[in-house]
Amino acid sequence: MRAALTHRSFMLGAVLALALLLAAGLSLVWTPYPPHAIDVPNRFQPPSAAHWLGTDSLGRDIATLLLVGAQNSILVGVVAVGMGLVLGVGLGLLASARRGWAEEFVMRLSDFTFAFPALLTAIMLTAVYGPGLFTSIIAIGIFNIPVFARLTRAAANAVWARDFILAARACGKGAVRITLEHVLPNIASVIIVQATIQFATAILAEAALSYLGLGTQPPQPSWGRMLNEAQTQMFQAPQLALYPGVAIALSVLGLNLLGDGLRDLLDPRLARQR
Amino acid sequence: MSTSLLEVRDLRVTLNTSRGPADALRGLSFALDRGETLGVVGESGCGKSMLALTLMGLLPEGARVSGSLRFEGRELLAQDEAAWCRLRGDRIAMVFQEPMTALNPLHTIGRQVAEPLRLHRGLDAVAARAEALRLLEQVRLPQAARRLDAHPHQLSGGQRQRVVIAMALACQPDLLIADEPTTALDVTLQREILQLIADLVADRHMALMLISHDLAVIARNVRRVMVMYGGLGVEQGPAGEVLHRPMHPYTRGLLAARPRLGAARGERLQTIPGRVPELVDLPTGCPFADRCAHREAVCEAPPSMRPVAEGHEVACLRWETLGPKG
Amino acid sequence: MSFFLLKRFVSFVATLLAASVVVFAALEILPGNAAEVRLGPTATPEQVAALSAQLGLDRPAFTRYVEWVGGYLRGDLGVSVAYDTPVWSLIAERLRVSLPLALLAMGLTVAVALSLGVYAAARHNRLGDVGVMTLSQLGLAIPNFWLAIVLILVFAVHLQWFPAGGFPGWTDDEGGSLWDGLQALMLPAVALAAVQAAILARFTRSAVLDTLREDYVRTARAKGLSRRATLWRHVLRNAMIPVITIMGLQFGNLLTSAIVVENVFVLPGIGRLVFQAIANRDLAVVRDVIMLLAGAVILINFIVDLLYAWIDPRLKGGDA
Repeated sequence: MRAALTHRSFMLGAVLALALLLAAGLSLVWTPYPPHAIDVPNRFQPPSAAHWLGTDSLGRDIATLLLVGAQNSILVGVVAVGMGLVLGVGLGLLASARRGWAEEFVMRLSDFTFAFPALLTAIMLTAVYGPGLFTSIIAIGIFNIPVFARLTRAAANAVWARDFILAARACGKGAVRITLEHVLPNIASVIIVQATIQFATAILAEAALSYLGLGTQPPQPSWGRMLNEAQTQMFQAPQLALYPGVAIALSVLGLNLLGDGLRDLLDPRLARQR
Repeated sequence: MSTSLLEVRDLRVTLNTSRGPADALRGLSFALDRGETLGVVGESGCGKSMLALTLMGLLPEGARVSGSLRFEGRELLAQDEAAWCRLRGDRIAMVFQEPMTALNPLHTIGRQVAEPLRLHRGLDAVAARAEALRLLEQVRLPQAARRLDAHPHQLSGGQRQRVVIAMALACQPDLLIADEPTTALDVTLQREILQLIADLVADRHMALMLISHDLAVIARNVRRVMVMYGGLGVEQGPAGEVLHRPMHPYTRGLLAARPRLGAARGERLQTIPGRVPELVDLPTGCPFADRCAHREAVCEAPPSMRPVAEGHEVACLRWETLGPKG
Repeated sequence: MSFFLLKRFVSFVATLLAASVVVFAALEILPGNAAEVRLGPTATPEQVAALSAQLGLDRPAFTRYVEWVGGYLRGDLGVSVAYDTPVWSLIAERLRVSLPLALLAMGLTVAVALSLGVYAAARHNRLGDVGVMTLSQLGLAIPNFWLAIVLILVFAVHLQWFPAGGFPGWTDDEGGSLWDGLQALMLPAVALAAVQAAILARFTRSAVLDTLREDYVRTARAKGLSRRATLWRHVLRNAMIPVITIMGLQFGNLLTSAIVVENVFVLPGIGRLVFQAIANRDLAVVRDVIMLLAGAVILINFIVDLLYAWIDPRLKGGDA
């Protein structure tokens, strides 16, 4: 625990990630202004006491929009990564425990999915079903599945090869029990680290999709879409492009640092070297 | 008296570990001459590999070295990296423990054996290749000519170790350091490889430092022995002397701990109580004191080498009182 | 060796076919009747039927799939409903912007990332290493389209060194020149390269660090090779093996990220084309562009596999 508090990357990442969480949580109960409150006479205001970060082209309070946008980011992260986690880890564990055709199938499938990065899948899906938050979450989630499947399989294989597993099997323990009791706890740290990193990737992907107009639709605030609007007003109010970008960057940075920090702290090999 | 090839006096090495500074070598002293063979014996953690790396100047960053290390009369600890590079592979060479990973998997055997020749002797590719072939034949590598263009993964462990030996001897060094050269090989191969090293060293009148934890390996292949424990040499002398009339409690413990074929049933194996401590945890006095049955208050002081007989020294303050034992 | 090649080639073709099935299913079958989709909800049943017949949509799905694949082999991809031009020429035209952009971005990425990665590894745990790692953390966190906007603000609007968007053309009769074209692609390429370089630099660094820990590096030093000589002769080539694999995967990343960046800079490339096609409900174009992109990624991975085998003699298999 002490090691966690002194690890710089981890602490910085934790602080930023926590800030993101708090922002989203806070916005559920309170925001400086109602999120959809339009106030056109007060458009393009610079930061002031009334509007901490100023207003946008329709006079909406930017600080409010950022806070509510955080909700969006967290939602996407949790659902998309959760989807990938549950299905991907499941597939990976199956592939590792069964070997043979199950493993071959899972590996081919995940290799294949790399040809369809999240963005491409999202574009395909939105072309068919129309744009929206739900579609983009599904697309991002689909791409997470092979990421976790590969990782889980590789990590699980390493555990299966170890002697204590052999001992467990010699005792007559079935594959399911071994997987749940021995394999899963041993690979949990690797999965957790990857999950934080995938969370960050999901936020970036959603932002890109919203920027393109394929993700979150108005009036739901989204950092990505805010950037799109800011670009159209680039000449009048260049500062509008700053805030959403910084918000995205800080959230992603925080999660990445958190993931890196967790990796350092949880890896027993590295822990010994410290 | 002419200077020995290698003279080590009060060699001390301190490493930076995660738990603070650790003394890997605590005042080692010995000498080695051309044509001499010295066996360095000790368990893991006694500092013998650290000794080898120090002699090659290959210690990790942040390691501090003090004392005197003289090679052909020249003080090595004072020289810069470029001077070390000129020495390594040319006058002092080393054979490592793991033949399976000691060779670059992407380069051919011929290229790797020729590398020291091209580096230190300035040979061109053709001449170096011819010399490499000669070396491979000398280390008795079968089908040497074909192997020149092979890659390491096509050779077995024993064959790779022969290649490593060929590489080490390429420039006719004065001193060969072999750090556990056969530990990773089958027992049947061990004899062959050790014999090979012994023959080549004798032919060239080189000095050999053979490092091993295996007493049998040491006993058969070297003239002099140095027993190490906790970064110190605890006993030194002719192999016959040290192994048949050990004076240090640790040496005696080591020798007594060997399991014997033909021992009576039910006879317990003798062990040395306790475990080899981590380098950071070693006491300031005698490093073996914690595990020694004969420890007394005087053992809190650091021991120094005391002469026992001709060429035979022991680093135990109480050796006389312990008396000679078989 | 040839068996290995054959296996890889079969795998490559199989993956391509699988991808084509997925794309076709997603964009031809799922949406239902493409004619209906195209004409929108206000169309009358007669109009839908007419367009269906014209597009050949009344034939079974499998036949259409085979025809589509056959079309690829013949070089005929049908006609775009929105632009009323052959899809192939549409794509080819857009490729004249996207391909140079991708190559430029990849070139920048590789040059910057490899040098920074090796530099950081050589200065492990010292200031140079920390600097590179921090820089790469930032590079990873910044969305490429935001970087693009910032670059436009600084270099195009403020400093006016580069155009803020659009593409003048490569030749005189298009209204541009080689130089103008490169200028227009510079900022987009930098925006794309920044993120990819951050990823690749970190990976290169860890690959080099891992290689430095190998036993044969110690052997090389024991032979008398200096640190620099060891790095060049023994470390780099070995470390490049995993790096090249990643570079292959990254190219796929690059192609899709280009979609977003092209839209920021309003470049008439593949990315914009997909986008406009979606807006126009021109599913045929979307389908073909996606197939092209997926196919390109699969092809690159195949080439990387071959390269891998060529570099690493262990994969070729040999006698013992």
